[in-house]
Amino acid sequence: MRFTRDHEWIKKEGKYAYIGITDYAQQQLGDIVYVELAEEDLVLQQGDVLCAIESVKTAAEVYMPVSGTVIEANAELEDAPEKINEDPYGTYLAKIIIDDETELNDLMTEDEYNEFLESEAE
Amino acid sequence: MRYIPVTDRDRQEMLKRCKADSVEHLFSCIPEQVRLKRPLNLPPAKSEMELIKYMQSLAAQNSNTGNYACFLGAGAYDHYIPSVISHLISRQEFLTAYTPYQPEISQGTLTAIFEYQTMICELTGMDVANASMYDGASALAEACAISSGAFRKRSDIIIVEDMHPEYRETVETYLKFRDIKYTSMTVKQLLEADLTNVAGVCVQYPSFYGDIYDMQVIGDYVKQNGSLFIVCANPVALALLKSPKDFGADFVVGEGQPLGMPMGFGGPYLGFFACVKEHMRKMPGRIVGKTTDVDGKTAYVLTLQAREQHIRREKATSNICSNQALCALTATIYLSVTGKKGFKQVAQRCVDNAHYVYEGLLKTGKFEKTSDMPFFHEFTVKPKVNIAALNRYLYGHGFIGGLETDRGWLIAVTEKRTKEEMDEFIRRAGEFNG
Amino acid sequence: MAELIFNLSKEGKCAFSLPESQVPSYEIDKKYTREDDVSLPEVSEVDVIRHFTNISRNNYGVDQGFYPLGSCTMKYNPKVNEDVAGLQGFTSLHPYQPEYQVQGALKAAYELGGYLCEITGMKGATLQPAAGAHGEMTGIMIIKAYHQNRNDNKRTKMIVPDSAHGTNPASAATAGYEIVQVKSDDLGLVDIDALAALMDDETAGLMLTNPNTLGLFESNITKIAKIVHDKGGLLYYDGANLNAIMGIARPFDMGFDVVHFNLHKTMSTPHGGGGPGSGPVCVREDLVRFLPKPVVCKDGERYYLDHDRKDAIGRVKAFYGNYLVYIKALAYILTMGPDGLKKASETAVLNANYIMAGIKDSFVIPYDRFCMHEFVLSGSRQKEQYGISTLDMAKRLLDYGYHPPTIYFPLIVHEGMMIEPTETESKETLDKFIEALNKIAKEAKTNPELLHDAPHNTYVRRLDEVTAARNPVLKWEKEQDE
Repeated sequence: MRFTRDHEWIKKEGKYAYIGITDYAQQQLGDIVYVELAEEDLVLQQGDVLCAIESVKTAAEVYMPVSGTVIEANAELEDAPEKINEDPYGTYLAKIIIDDETELNDLMTEDEYNEFLESEAE
Repeated sequence: MRYIPVTDRDRQEMLKRCKADSVEHLFSCIPEQVRLKRPLNLPPAKSEMELIKYMQSLAAQNSNTGNYACFLGAGAYDHYIPSVISHLISRQEFLTAYTPYQPEISQGTLTAIFEYQTMICELTGMDVANASMYDGASALAEACAISSGAFRKRSDIIIVEDMHPEYRETVETYLKFRDIKYTSMTVKQLLEADLTNVAGVCVQYPSFYGDIYDMQVIGDYVKQNGSLFIVCANPVALALLKSPKDFGADFVVGEGQPLGMPMGFGGPYLGFFACVKEHMRKMPGRIVGKTTDVDGKTAYVLTLQAREQHIRREKATSNICSNQALCALTATIYLSVTGKKGFKQVAQRCVDNAHYVYEGLLKTGKFEKTSDMPFFHEFTVKPKVNIAALNRYLYGHGFIGGLETDRGWLIAVTEKRTKEEMDEFIRRAGEFNG
Repeated sequence: MAELIFNLSKEGKCAFSLPESQVPSYEIDKKYTREDDVSLPEVSEVDVIRHFTNISRNNYGVDQGFYPLGSCTMKYNPKVNEDVAGLQGFTSLHPYQPEYQVQGALKAAYELGGYLCEITGMKGATLQPAAGAHGEMTGIMIIKAYHQNRNDNKRTKMIVPDSAHGTNPASAATAGYEIVQVKSDDLGLVDIDALAALMDDETAGLMLTNPNTLGLFESNITKIAKIVHDKGGLLYYDGANLNAIMGIARPFDMGFDVVHFNLHKTMSTPHGGGGPGSGPVCVREDLVRFLPKPVVCKDGERYYLDHDRKDAIGRVKAFYGNYLVYIKALAYILTMGPDGLKKASETAVLNANYIMAGIKDSFVIPYDRFCMHEFVLSGSRQKEQYGISTLDMAKRLLDYGYHPPTIYFPLIVHEGMMIEPTETESKETLDKFIEALNKIAKEAKTNPELLHDAPHNTYVRRLDEVTAARNPVLKWEKEQDE
C-alpha cells in the first residue's frame, strides 16, 4: 500500500489497483454521507479528480495517486457511504488499471506517510 | 434617530469601556485619503408622517390594477390573493427571521419549506424540489447549467423559440459567461434536430404565446435522443394540464408568482425548481429534509449542504445562497387555502374566462386568429390597428390591455375578471378603429 | 409534534370560494389534460391560520430579540417600510404596464439608484439582481464584459482572499473565472506582497469586502487598488459589510470599480427566513454601459426603461428586480437621511467594539485592536482546555434566548465566532449579551456537559444531520406517516 500527501491510499492486487482514503482523511471528514462515484472507463492523469466525498459540513475531492483507467467504482458505497468511516483501508473507492507502475515509486510508504502526518501536525 | 437606541450618555460610557477617546478614534484605521469629507448628498431625514406622504404621492402616480381591469400577462398574472396570506406572511416570526441555519429555533420556516417542496413535487410530478430560487427565469437558467454539466460528452442547450423572451435572455446571460453553447429553434425544427451534442432542451408550458404543445411528442423525441428535458411551466396551468412527469420531464421549473404573490411591478417572485431523483445532489439552492432531534422528535433541517457555495466555494453547483423563503411560504399558504378543489377551480375559471374573451374578440371581426393550438389562460390575436394605440384607448376606459408581441396582442385573462369587465373590454377593443 | 398541513386534510374541507361563473365553461381537449387532481390538502381557513401561526412560533425573528449574526447585519426592520411597500400603487402594478402608467414606480427606482450611487461614490446602478450572490454574479459579469470589450481575452482568473465568504468564489465561477486565493497576513489583512505576486495580465480582478470578514478595515486599500489597476484588473466590492462605512468612506474613493449592495442587510429590509433579498450593483462611470438591461433613466420629467443598450451583459432575471423589497430600502434611506446613515455606521462600530471589550477576558481575540461593525473571537481556549467547541457555545446561547452568532467563519480563524450587533441594539441589550457570553465561558469550565448537550430549552434540540443527508427525505409522503 502506498500513500499520497492528499491522504489517498493505493494498493496493487494482480493486474488491478485499488484506491481509497486513509484513516486520517476519514476522521477529518467526519460522518460521510455521500460518495459521488467515479465513472467507469474514465482515463485520468495523476492528480486528476477521481471522485468526491461529502460529509455533512464538508466536501472533499479524491485525486488519482497515479495515472490510469477506472475499471469499476465501488457500488456498495451508493447505499452505505459510512463504510469508509468504519473501515477506511478495507473500503475502496475505485478499481483501476495503472498506466505506468513506476509512478508508484513517487508515493509514500506507510512509514513515510506516518512521518508526514506527524510533521503536518506540528 | 428612531432606529438607533444608544443615547449620548450610553455612548460616553461605552467608549470608555472600549478605551477609545471618541467614536472617531474607533475609525482611526481608515486612512484620511479615502474618507468622505462631506455629508452624503441625500435628502434630509423624513419623519414617519413625511415618509408616508411622499411614498403615497409616488404610489398615486401609478395606475394600478385595483382601479384598472388587467388583461396583461406575459409572465406576471393578476390572480386573486386570499386575505389570509398577508396576515400570515407578515407575522414577524416568518418575516424577520434569517435563513434557517439554526434549526432549533427555525422550525417554522423549515416546516413551511418542507411543505412547499412537497406541494411543488405534487404539482410537477417530480421526485424532489428545492426551497425555491429568485424567479422563473433564473430557475430555468440554473436548470440549463446543471443539465449542461450532467454529461461527459454533450453540453449544448436548446431553448425553444417561443420561450418568454426575458427568460431566454436570462438563460443566455448565464450560459454565455460559462461558455456553454445554446441555440434557439422552433418546436418543429427541434423535432428534426440532431441532438447528439445536446444536454438539455427547454420548452415553456404553455408557451409564451399561450400555446399548449403536445408535450408527449417533444418529450419522446428528447428522451430518445438522450437529452434532458427541461420544462418551464405555469403552476396554475398544472392544475389542469398533463403532469410533466407523464411526458418525461427531467426538470420542471417556473414562475411561482401566480401562487399568491402580488405582481409588484416585477418582484419579488418565486422560482420553483424540481427534478427527478437522479439530479438531487446537483440541485442548486437550499433544500430542507426531515430528520429527528436527540430526543427522537421529528424535525426539519437544511440538508445536502455539501453542494453549496459555503462548502464547495468555486466548485458549488450554483452561487445562490438564499431562497425566496417568504414567497415560498406564500405559495404554500396559497395552495393550502385553495386546496385540491379550489386550485382546480381557479385554473378552470381562467380557462373559461380566457376562452370567453378570445371568442368575443374574434366575433368583433377586428381581430385575426394567430394559432389553432389549445391554450390555457393566455392567447394572441392580431388586431388591425396599432397595438400601443389600442392599449392607450382601452386605458382611457379603465383597462390595462395586452402586450404587443411579434405574434400579435398577447392577452391573459384570470379568474379575477368579471363578465361585465370582459364584455366591456371586448366591446371597447372592437369599437376602436385607430 | 407539530403536524404538517397534509395531516390536517379531510375530504370536503375548503378554505376558498370563487364568485359564480357567468360565462360558459370551456373544456380543454382531454389529450392535454391530467386525469387526477393535484393532491393538495383539503383544509378550512381556520386550519390554515392555526397551522401557520403555530409553526411560526417555532421561529426566532429580529422582533423577538438580539440576532448578532456576523456578516448578516440583522438590524431592526422598520414597520413603516412594510406599510409603504404595501401601498396598492406599488403592489398592484404589472411590470409590462406602459411607462405612462407607472411614472411614480419608475421615479422611485430612479431615485433609489441615485442614492445608492451617492453612498458608494459610483455613477450607475442596476436594481435587477435579486440577492447578494446574484449581485456578485452580475458585478463579475460586468468586469468580464469590460475586459472582453477591450479584446483583452486572456484574463481567466479572479483573485479572492482566503477570508472571503464562499459566495465570492462561487459567483466568480458562475461568470466563468478560475479562482486564485490570496492569503491574509498576520494582521488579518490582505497580504500585499502575495497579492502583487499573483496579480498579472491573466487576472481579471480582485473581490474584496472592506471592512473584511474579520471586521477589520483593509487600511492598505489604496495600495491594493493600485496593484490591481496597474496590472489592468478591476476591483470588486462585496457590499456585505457596508454597514460599517456609510457616510464615512466610499468604495469608489477607496479605488473600487464595482460594488453590490445587500439591501436586506444594510438597508434594513427583512430577511423573510432566507429571502427575498435585493442585491443592486453600482459601477464607476465607464462601466455603466455594461449594466444589465433595462436601466431606469430620466428624460426631462419623464422616467423610462432603457432597453437599447448594446454593451449590456444581458439580463440576470425577468423584469426589474425585487421591486417591493427595494421600495423598503428607499423608505429606509429617506427616513435615515445622510446624518442618520452615518450615525448608523458609527453606532454599529461602537456596539461591536463594546461587546468585544466586554468579553475580552473570557475569550481569545485573534486580532486584538479596534474592529469595525463586527469582530471574530476564537473559542480555541475553551476547545483546548475544556473540550468545548464553538458550536457548543453557540448552541448554549439558544438557551439564553439569543440567536447565535455566525460560527466557523471566516475559515482562517480557529473555532471562530463572528459577532455583529448592528446599530439598532441598545446598551442594555449588549450588556445582557456580554453577561451571557461570559457566563457560558465559565460554564465551559464548570459544567462542560451542559454545553455539550445544549440547547436544552428550544422546541427541538440538536438534530441528526447525518441521517438527513445520508438518506434524504425531502417531501411528505402519506405512507411515511402510517
